[in-house]
Parts: sequence; structure tokens; C-alpha cells
Amino acid sequence: MEDLLKLNIIELSDLLKKREITSVELTNFYLERIKKYDQYIQSYLMVTGEKALDMAREANKRIEKGEAGRLEGIPLGIKDILCTKGMETTCASRILKGFIPPYDATVIKRLHGDGYVHLGRLNMDEFAMGSSTENSAYQVTKNPWALDRIPGGSSGGSAAATAAGLCVASLGTDTGGSIRQPAGLCGVVGMKPTYGRVSRYGLVAFASSLDQIGPLTRNVIDCAVVMNTIAGHDPLDSTSIPQPVPDYTEMLGRDIKGMRVGIPKEYFIQGIEPDVNQSVKEALSILERNGATIVDISLPHTEYAVATYYIICTAEASSNLARYDGVKYGLRVEGKDIIEMYKRTRFAGFGKEVKRRIILGTYVLSSGYYDAYYRKAGQVRTLIRRDFEEAFRTCDVIATPVSPTTAFKVGEKADDPLQMYLSDIFTIPVNLAGLPAISVPCGLDSSSLPIGLQIIGQPLDEARILQVAYVIEQEKKLKKIPDRYLT
Amino acid sequence: MKITSETVEYVAHLARLELAREEIDLYTNQLNSILDYMDALNRLDTQGIEPTSHPMPLNCVMRDDDIRESFTVEASTQNAPERIGSFFKVPPIIEVEE
Repeated sequence: MEDLLKLNIIELSDLLKKREITSVELTNFYLERIKKYDQYIQSYLMVTGEKALDMAREANKRIEKGEAGRLEGIPLGIKDILCTKGMETTCASRILKGFIPPYDATVIKRLHGDGYVHLGRLNMDEFAMGSSTENSAYQVTKNPWALDRIPGGSSGGSAAATAAGLCVASLGTDTGGSIRQPAGLCGVVGMKPTYGRVSRYGLVAFASSLDQIGPLTRNVIDCAVVMNTIAGHDPLDSTSIPQPVPDYTEMLGRDIKGMRVGIPKEYFIQGIEPDVNQSVKEALSILERNGATIVDISLPHTEYAVATYYIICTAEASSNLARYDGVKYGLRVEGKDIIEMYKRTRFAGFGKEVKRRIILGTYVLSSGYYDAYYRKAGQVRTLIRRDFEEAFRTCDVIATPVSPTTAFKVGEKADDPLQMYLSDIFTIPVNLAGLPAISVPCGLDSSSLPIGLQIIGQPLDEARILQVAYVIEQEKKLKKIPDRYLT
Repeated sequence: MKITSETVEYVAHLARLELAREEIDLYTNQLNSILDYMDALNRLDTQGIEPTSHPMPLNCVMRDDDIRESFTVEASTQNAPERIGSFFKVPPIIEVEE
């Protein structure tokens, strides 16, 4: 049975269609693995076993009738920030404890339409605010490669469950690196699509001009397959792009001869671990051997990205999170009047990092400071966007490390928010510019911790960055799941 | 020091957030170092540069004003901590003279 873990979704679909295995068997295989291993990793906030088996039985029936969808019978894990009808959706926050959405997010509806099986709700930093998943109100998820280390964040549950083989693949969300950074630190593939490529309808909003939903998978083919299902225009999200969706698997395996890969000098700086530097350089030489041309480029405003990002994202968050007031859903703590009720509810319901960001965001938007912070950040965002536009005149894709370091220890940065924020230094500019980017494993450091390569594309050029990631994957042939989860 | 604990308290009030004494002190310290870090942006001359509020050039998306299925009152209020019939129940907002 363990061989099932090595198969990609296309191969699993073949087995299911040939009736060599049923979706119920595949689902039970994963439920058993969760029971066995998730006590150590703590990636799931809730396992929806019965619902999963119901969905698997439905999938079996559709397969029997020859009506299988593209993800028919495939068990997936879902980050607990995507509204799922009738299923508690908490964003790993106390303030949404018990919230049962009356509707499905568009991505959930699309997965459903293609026949997926919902294994459970994956842990995350509260409201997706964090880089380590330590900000969850419920539990601390561990990195499957080293249980004393963080899995990254905010989609740490999604990355850890995928890496340990506790789901075939998962969905996460990425506002400043929240898919790519945990994917890199856990040794899986993670994609943040172009802003607007995947509908945000039903994604609980953190920073609306930056948030995107994307897949975390054990291989590049699965990433393309899940993208085929979730991408596309949605009239319910007015920021969604009305462009046709290509078949993202089509470019996989095509050669990259003549492709120009830009290397930004600002990304190879002091503070980057030698093993990370070495591994990324090796990945670049693989691309070169395969016929790509390495081009030196400059993204001169990179050093301003983190400051810009934390002004914009906290401003948007302070506004988006105003809706949690104890009136319409979630927690309520009584008070003598409505203002006191609001304040007490929000005091009890939000965790430390969320409060810190609400205060910072309210401050940068407040009268007298708006121009100095929010307007200024918007202007610098323009400069950062232009940097990329300029760079893409001389290259087709850009390659960088995903993170300056491998996974750090649980608790190591928990008391120093600024240090935590700086761990996203290489992923944040991509969100500010709205570009697509993928994190693909490219090696292990001397302590056997995964290292990720980030490939950034032009708007709507997801197919090309998948093509490049596939070249790395095929040459590296890295172990996907740590041995201890294969016994 | 860019902000004092009074500023943090005032901003918390604007955000309708109660804070414990320790939280006010902690946030005052942390926000000062974060805001110092953000000062780096002032090294850039951004005069005449249009701010980006949205990464993709999509403006004023319009649709036909047609009637579509919407949530029932029951579905919309099912998660309310307290409700009466189809209404959300909240503490008094306006003082009423007896």
C-alpha cells in the first residue's frame, strides 16, 4: 500500500478508473495514516472521516458509471480558511470557533465538481498571519522532517500534511509567502498563482489585494492537475481575471532550451545560509545544463519590500477583521453596551499576532499618518512592480531561494515579530507585484532539512514556471516523504 | 520613540479592541521597532509616483442587474450568537428615556 504514496494524481486516477483500487480504500489508507502519524505532526485541526468516506462512496459510483471528474476520489486536505458548506471553518482562531459557513468557497465548489474527497481541515497561523503556524489558537504543527522545528506558515498544516503523506495534496493560501515558504521548508511543491487567477470568493479575507489560493503537492504534475481544477474566472470575485485557463500539464517535460532565467543580485545576500546558497546555485546549473541561459538582473527595491508589505497587509487586515464583532457569527463576550461587547469579544477572540497587526494597521491608516505610511507604501509598491516589469524585458522567469534559511526551531522567533517578518523577504515582493511563483524542492541542508527554489513568472505564465520546476524535479529526484512515515 | 502607550491605547480603542496592561506595554515596544524599520521607506523619493492599490489592471467590473438566488434569512443568521426571529440581537445602542 505504501507505494500509493509515490503515485501522482494522474496515476492514481488511472488505478481508480481501472478499479484496481476504490476511492474508499484510498481514503481509508489516508485516514489510517492520519491516525498513525498526525499525533506527532498535528497538521489537522479536524479530520472529517465520515464525510470523506461518504464522498469516496459517491466517487466510486461516478467511476462505475464512467462519469469520473478530474479529481474523482482523490483525498485532499483543506486549509481551515476556505469556507466549506456545513463544515466548521475557524481560521485557527477562537473568534470563529463554531462558525459553520452556509456556502462553499468557489475553489471548494470546483474541487467538488471534479469529485475530490475532503479529508479534513488543516492548521494554520490564525487568519493566515504568521510564518511558522505557531500563531494557531489551537495547536502547534511540527515539521515532518524534524519534529522540534516549525513547518513554516501560514499554510503550515497544508505543507506538513502533504510532506508526511497525510493527504494526496492540499490547498493553502499565500498573502506574503504562506504557500511557498512552508512548501520550501517541508520539501513539497507549492504554487501561488497570479493575483486574480483563482477566485477568492469564500476565502476568509486577510489582505484582499495580496491573498491568493493555491496547491501544495508532492510533485509538479499534481500541482498542475489541481491548478487545472481551481483556476478560472468567477463572477463572484470581481478581481478574478476573465482569461481562459490553459492545460497546466501540457508544458511539463518540454525542454527549456533558450529560456532566459533571471537571477536577481539582491536575493543572494548576507544572511542567507551557505547550504541554501549552494543548493540553489546547483539548481541553477541544472537549468543551464538543460539549455537555459542564466541572465543577471536587478530588482533594486527589494530591500523595501518587507516594510511596504507590513504596512499594506496590516492596513487591509485591520479593515477586513472589523467584521468580527460578536454580532453575526463566532464568539461573543457580553458587555454593558455594544462598544464594550465589541471590545471584550475581540480581546478574548483574537491572538497576539492578530491584535498586533490590527493595531499597526489601524495606526498606519489613522488620521495624520495615512500619507506617511499607507500612501507611501502604495507608491513603493509601484516601484517594486516596475522592477519586475523591467527585469522581464531581459528574462522569461526569475529564480531565487524561497527562504534565506531552512526550518527554524519551534519558539526560536516567536517573541521577535520583526525577525519573523524578515523570514519572508524573498516571497513578499511577488505578492506585492501580483505575479505567479512556485516553490520546488531543490535539496537538503547538512541536517537533512529541505531547501526550496522559487521560480517567479510573468502574469498568467503559470504553465512556464511549472515547466521549469518540472526540470528541477526530474533531475533531482529528491525523496518526497521522510522515511519515518513509511514504516 | 514614535509611539507611546497612550497612542497604542487610543488606536486600540479605534479598532474596538480591549488590551491588557501587559499587552499595551509589549505592543508599544514592538510597534516602535517595527515602525523604525518602516522608516527605511523615507529614503526613497516617491514624488509623482502613483500608488498601487491593486496589482492587476481591472477597474469597475460591471455586471447585469439581474435577480439571482441569494441566501435565506435562516442561512444568513444561523451563526448568530444571539437572535430573535430573523434579527441579530445586540445590547442597547441608544439610551431610551423611560
